[in-house]
This record gives sequence, C-alpha cells and structure tokens, in this order.
Amino acid sequence: MTIFTFTLILLLGAYLAGLAGSLTGLGGGVVIIPLLTLFFHVDIRYAIGAALVASIATSSGSASAYVKEGITNVRLGMFLEIATTAGAVMGAILAIYTPVNIVAILFGIMLIFSAAMTLRKKSEAALTVGSKLSYTLKLNGSYPSKNGPIAYKLNNVGAGFSIMTIAGMLSGLLGIGSGALKVLAMDTAMKVPFRVSTTTSNFMVGVTAAASAVVYLQRGYIDPGIAFPVIIGVLAGAFTGSKLLMKINVNSLKLIFSIAITLIALNMIYNGFNHKF
Amino acid sequence: MITKENKKMTDYDMEQLIGQVLRYGVLISGSIAIIGGIWYLYQQGSGTPHYTTFNGEPAGYTSLTGILKGLAQGSASEIIQLGVLILIATPIIRIFFSLVSFIIEKDRLYIVITSIVLFIILFSMFAGLKV
Repeated sequence: MTIFTFTLILLLGAYLAGLAGSLTGLGGGVVIIPLLTLFFHVDIRYAIGAALVASIATSSGSASAYVKEGITNVRLGMFLEIATTAGAVMGAILAIYTPVNIVAILFGIMLIFSAAMTLRKKSEAALTVGSKLSYTLKLNGSYPSKNGPIAYKLNNVGAGFSIMTIAGMLSGLLGIGSGALKVLAMDTAMKVPFRVSTTTSNFMVGVTAAASAVVYLQRGYIDPGIAFPVIIGVLAGAFTGSKLLMKINVNSLKLIFSIAITLIALNMIYNGFNHKF
Repeated sequence: MITKENKKMTDYDMEQLIGQVLRYGVLISGSIAIIGGIWYLYQQGSGTPHYTTFNGEPAGYTSLTGILKGLAQGSASEIIQLGVLILIATPIIRIFFSLVSFIIEKDRLYIVITSIVLFIILFSMFAGLKV
C-alpha cells in the first residue's frame, strides 16, 4: 500500500468516524483508535496521538455552535476543567509506565462502557434546589428551549469533580475525549439536564485533550501523515453529522453502533491479552 | 437590576467570543492541514507508510522551533504539524479569552478557577513530561 492509498482510506475512515461520533455523541476519537490499530496495524501510540487530535477537532468544531446558543454552561465547564486537565496530565505521565497492551485492554473496557452509556435513558429533569457548593461556585444556570429558558440547579459537586478527574486521567492515558464518563459525572452525579451535560462535556473535551496533546506532541506520538487525513475527515464527518442529526432518528443507529463498538472492544481486549500491540 | 443586566450582557458576549475563537481555530487549522496534506501527497504519495512500529517523530515535528525551521524550508510535514499546533492551541486560546472576560466581569472566583486551568496546561506544556 502506498502513502497515497493509505491516506485516502484513512480519510474515508476518519469521515465515517466523525459522522458516527457526532450522530451518537461519542466523539471522533473512539473510532479512530480501533480503525488505525486493528485495520491499518498502526502502532497504538500513533493511534492515541491521532485520536487526541480528532477529539480536539470535533470538540472545538461543534462546541462553537452550542456555546453561541447558550446551552453550554461555561462556568461549570471551566470549574470541572480543573479536574479534567489535572487528570489528563496525570494520565500522560502514567502512560510512560503503562505497557501498550494494558492501554489496549483499558481502551476496550472504556469502549464497552461508552457503548452502554449511549443507550441509557436520558433525563431532562431539572432540579429546583441545588447543593450549597453549587451556589458558592455559581454553577447553576438556565438553558434555552422552545418554551423559554429552563432554570436548573446542581447537586453532588464533589462527586462530579472526582469522576471528572478519573475521566481526565483516562483521556490522557488513552487519547480519547472520555465524553461518556464526563456525561456520567454531570448527569448521574450532579443532576445536570441532559442537553446541558452533553454540550458542556463536549466543550470540555477540547481543553482536556489539549492538556495531554501538548505532552504527546513532544513525545512524537503525532505523525503529520496520519494527522492530516484524520483532522480533515473527522471535521467533515462531524459537520455532516450535525446537519443529519436534525433530520433522522438516531435511536436504531445508536443500537447498531453500540453493538459494533462492543465487538471492536472485545477484539481490542483479546489482542491486548495476547500482546498483539 | 441594572448591574444584573450588565452582567448578563458580558456573559452573552463571552459566549459569542468563545464560539468565534473555536470556529476560526478549527477553520484555520483545517485549511492549513489541507494545504500541507496535498503538498505532502505530492512529495511523498508514492512512498510506503511505516506506522506498524513506533519510532517517535523526529525533532522537527515535535517542537515549535523544529516546525518553524521546516516551514522555512517549505517542508509539507511541518506545514501539517503547524495545522496540528493551531488545533491544539485553539482550546488553550479559548481559556485565555475566558480569563479576559472574567477579568472584565470582575468575577474573582472564576478569574482564579480559569487561571488554575491555564496554569495546569502551561505546566503540561513546559514541564518536560516528554520523557
């Protein structure tokens, strides 16, 4: 295979990854790593570098629209970014001491978890009374809807912050946005309404990924020949996805995608145990 | 009442500003990646990819000075890496703009919080964690 064909196939793959990632809310990085390692037999370290770049591209691309609409809770994102960036730096340090097959196994587990999270029921419910800390930190807010702005309050700020640290650490170690864990922290622990938590999580992915990307760039994980088709493909895919999202029903798509992701995850875990990385 | 209204305005302004920063960052880095990519394929398209083993990238791709040196020589790989750099810089610049907005809003708590995030990222950048 020449570099030319490699680039074209990767461009197409990255496009589909960006499309699937934006339709299901999983982000671009999740598909990039298995695509590069299982299909192209690229070393997982290059794949992690590419996935980080993909995560920043999709996050920044879609966050720009959500922030302008006022759905994203910028203060909440900013506060939790302390946890995710600190976690990401720890993850990037941990990565030095973690054998690649362990990284592959962890990645597989994270994939299965993400697939399960895509399928769970979403809660739009907004709390009317928040915890003390939520007022002190000015984390409560409101978001626009068809029936005017909806106010919401937050709970369990400490628990959310702790889960975010783990999310950041996994993001730094595996090169993914770990959006699924971020949503878990905000939805399940802090009781943020679903629309706010997904957009705020997406908003945070860029900064979290950048915190470890600056380390990985210096370590030589980011290869230009892989990076450019990934950036272009994922951005174009995410753009198509955001246009399609309004028109199609994604429920069946999410189910198919989750099953596919789980199979890929099992493959990664199996290969990890057999030291095929 | 008036102060509250003012505060809302700046929050809204900050959201618009952050949105623009993210959008232009992505557009610029994407365009540079396309230009560099086409040039790269023209130069090396007939070669064979070598990604199955990890060698780490040469210094030219991993540091700002290396990338700038390559740019001066018109090297395609360094043009792409410049696009990557701008992409990575985009969320960091976003934090910087948020900090400025919080300073204008005189929101002390969030000036501190935003500074911590910025500090962590700068630490990550310059602490020599590349080992």
